[in-house]
Amino acid sequence: MQIKPILSALRRHKAGTVLIALQIALTLAIVCNALYIIHQRLAHIAEPTGVDEPNLFAMANLWGEQYTKEQAAAKVQQDLATLRQLPSVADATPTDGYPLRGGGWDNFITMKPDQTAKTTDASVYVGDEHFLRTLGLKLIAGRDFNAGEVQNMGLRESTIPPVTIISKTLADRLFPNGDALGKSFYSMSSTPTTIIGIVDTLHRQDVSTWSAPYTGQSLIWPLRLAQPLGVFYVVRAKPGQLADAMREAPKALYAENRMRMFPAKDGLVNYQQIREEAFERDRGMAILMGIICAVLLAITAAGIVGLTSFWVGQRRRQIGVRRALGATHRDILHYFLTENLLISLGGIAIGTLLAFGLNLWLVKTFSLGFLPLTYVLGGMVTLVLLGQGAVFAPALRASRVPPIEATRPA
Amino acid sequence: MYAYYLQLGLRSLRRNPMLTALMMMAIGFGVAASMITYSVFRAVSDDPIPNKSSQLFAPQIDSWGPQQNEKGEPPGALNYVDAMALMRAHKASRQTLIYPVMLSALGRDADSVPSSASGYAVTGDFFPMFEVPFLYGSGWNTSEDDHRAADVVLTKEFNQRMFGGANSVGKEIVLGGNAYRIVGVAQHWNPAPRFYAVWGEDGFSESPDFYVLLNRMLDLHVDSSGRNSCRGNLAFTGWDQWLQSNCVWLMPWVELNTRSDAEQYRQFLTSYAADQQHAGRFGWPANIRLLDVMAFMTQQNVVPPESRISLIVALCFFVICLVNTIGLLLAKFMRRAGEIGVRRALGATRREIYTQYLLEAASVGIAGGVLGLLLTAVGMSGVSLLFDQEIAQLAHLDLSLVALTLLVSVLAAVAAAFYPAWRAAQVQPAWQLKSN
Repeated sequence: MQIKPILSALRRHKAGTVLIALQIALTLAIVCNALYIIHQRLAHIAEPTGVDEPNLFAMANLWGEQYTKEQAAAKVQQDLATLRQLPSVADATPTDGYPLRGGGWDNFITMKPDQTAKTTDASVYVGDEHFLRTLGLKLIAGRDFNAGEVQNMGLRESTIPPVTIISKTLADRLFPNGDALGKSFYSMSSTPTTIIGIVDTLHRQDVSTWSAPYTGQSLIWPLRLAQPLGVFYVVRAKPGQLADAMREAPKALYAENRMRMFPAKDGLVNYQQIREEAFERDRGMAILMGIICAVLLAITAAGIVGLTSFWVGQRRRQIGVRRALGATHRDILHYFLTENLLISLGGIAIGTLLAFGLNLWLVKTFSLGFLPLTYVLGGMVTLVLLGQGAVFAPALRASRVPPIEATRPA
Repeated sequence: MYAYYLQLGLRSLRRNPMLTALMMMAIGFGVAASMITYSVFRAVSDDPIPNKSSQLFAPQIDSWGPQQNEKGEPPGALNYVDAMALMRAHKASRQTLIYPVMLSALGRDADSVPSSASGYAVTGDFFPMFEVPFLYGSGWNTSEDDHRAADVVLTKEFNQRMFGGANSVGKEIVLGGNAYRIVGVAQHWNPAPRFYAVWGEDGFSESPDFYVLLNRMLDLHVDSSGRNSCRGNLAFTGWDQWLQSNCVWLMPWVELNTRSDAEQYRQFLTSYAADQQHAGRFGWPANIRLLDVMAFMTQQNVVPPESRISLIVALCFFVICLVNTIGLLLAKFMRRAGEIGVRRALGATRREIYTQYLLEAASVGIAGGVLGLLLTAVGMSGVSLLFDQEIAQLAHLDLSLVALTLLVSVLAAVAAAFYPAWRAAQVQPAWQLKSN
């Protein structure tokens, strides 16, 4: 196939050529970045929590009366006894929050007591000696808390227990040599806290962008919240009995003491609901970007069909002449396919630059990640195939132009 | 004549229904995507209190110092010590402190279970400062703040829930086990974003249930149900020590009516922070901010990044749709080169050709706009799939958005037609007539 006659023909249709190339370029830039946004959001949604999600639910238990620390501690103990003896419940723990809850408690971590700049940040979970078992966390080193280590934590007390269990991600961040067990660190306190155990995965409570650098960094302290406001209970149902447990648990607690509330919003949630809410924005973004990509590709394809059809109509006579001079159906078909390929390649060259430019700007403004090359390569292939596909029908029509057209006036 | 051109335009559009449909769809989809994302962006970036936003300021004092603050910026809220000092100094015409609380509310039924009620602990100036509208009664006088009275203002929604909507002013309500006197019932009032409390909240949640007297809450040790942010080593072992700590949790607002008032207040803040340095409380020079409502919204990143990114991507999408339309219009116009040649030969000026084809494009724009409007209306019902429920609720299709959709469509179509119409006007009559 000779390229030269195609190029000289394109030179006579500068505007149309430039418009198709420009459209392909812009489409490539948007589609690559949109697909990358989709990928990042889906990856965020897929992050593992490390807990036994299918059997867990959380209750936000707010007290209906103002209790002292001692009263609140006794009420919590009583509630837990009630929950744990329910036939559908495997275990329960009092805590300050749960993975993916959004917001929640986080502390700065330092390696020395007088260090002013933080080493890193950890999501803080508190619970009793049932915490690991209830959440179904996998202890990979060290030991669990024992009952004697659990202290009560009253209103605005900054109690820092001497022992902690941390996630593997945090352990690796603080002690890259893998010897975290038995070591200690400081967490907004002048007294150290010693690592007695390491769990495999424990997602943070918050899911927002600012905490992305600290993903997976969590610590657990043996504390029982005894506060006037209330406490979260995380409950693990026996396998297959989640719905029963979620029905029985509030009923049993109300029967024991009715001066409590489970707020209408997030008062009683299982992990399906927790996930849905935590990743609402991510899912929305992925859907929106997906729709935009699909419509964009469709519109670009339609535009190519439209403009090529016009060219075919305009060149019927020339095609007729070529056919009369011996060009086959195939030659004409190839002519239009090659023409489109050349335009596409031009558009892709500009589009690649635009894609990276747009990405740089998104990185700077919204701290999106850097666009991997595979996305651009994938985008290129998609657009070339799209262009060839779009041009095929008009090109086929062109190839069917009979040689007799050559004799007709334009 | 213009009506005739428009008629010609419509006729020509009917002649190539496929091409016309394609252009309509390009404009329709482009404008709908832009309008849907814009409606959400508009909802989250709107001025929540337009007639006063330049007179309300959030004072900020750096109580954490250069080593522990966020990139040199003071924290967005105040600790108890600084907050109380600002209140005592009373250098603004009106001033308030706010923190969120959650209390139980007992129904009138003796054996009902308590339900949770969320509200804000505020001072008396809160109501006139933010122009809270009242259904019954009013806010409390600032002298009540000094008397640490058990006063509460209910919102219309909460009053409906607790008193069936009756005038409850003067009645008592038990919240968190303590009795309060209802002094007023506010009309529905929930600015979006809820500017006065966006530090530590997303700013778009449902209306609160009540506003309660701050000093009373402090006396009862009612804990903040919102954000509390601290730095350094924490040594407090209870409420009173916590109040003296560097933890920030109280949101201050002041009303300053003139530019010079604001300047004076800024000087006051600077000298207050400098005094703290001299007294040895701060180990760093004064670092303060005094931000009005919109500046505070920007600093607190109230607009979710998702909303911004989706608007930008939608606008880029619209641009591509326009490029597409330019190509299609060019094809459409140039196909009629012969017709143009005849018209030019019969005496039509270039200008007339130009006008005719721009009007033809405008009619495509109108049709595309109508399609875009339909798509926007359909898309609006799906906004809740794409954004947070709370934010999706705020986006709606109103008259101004309808007008904007049509206007943008027509303008876009005409802009897209500039080049193709110019090309059409350049057609050489002689050449066209000859080749025919």
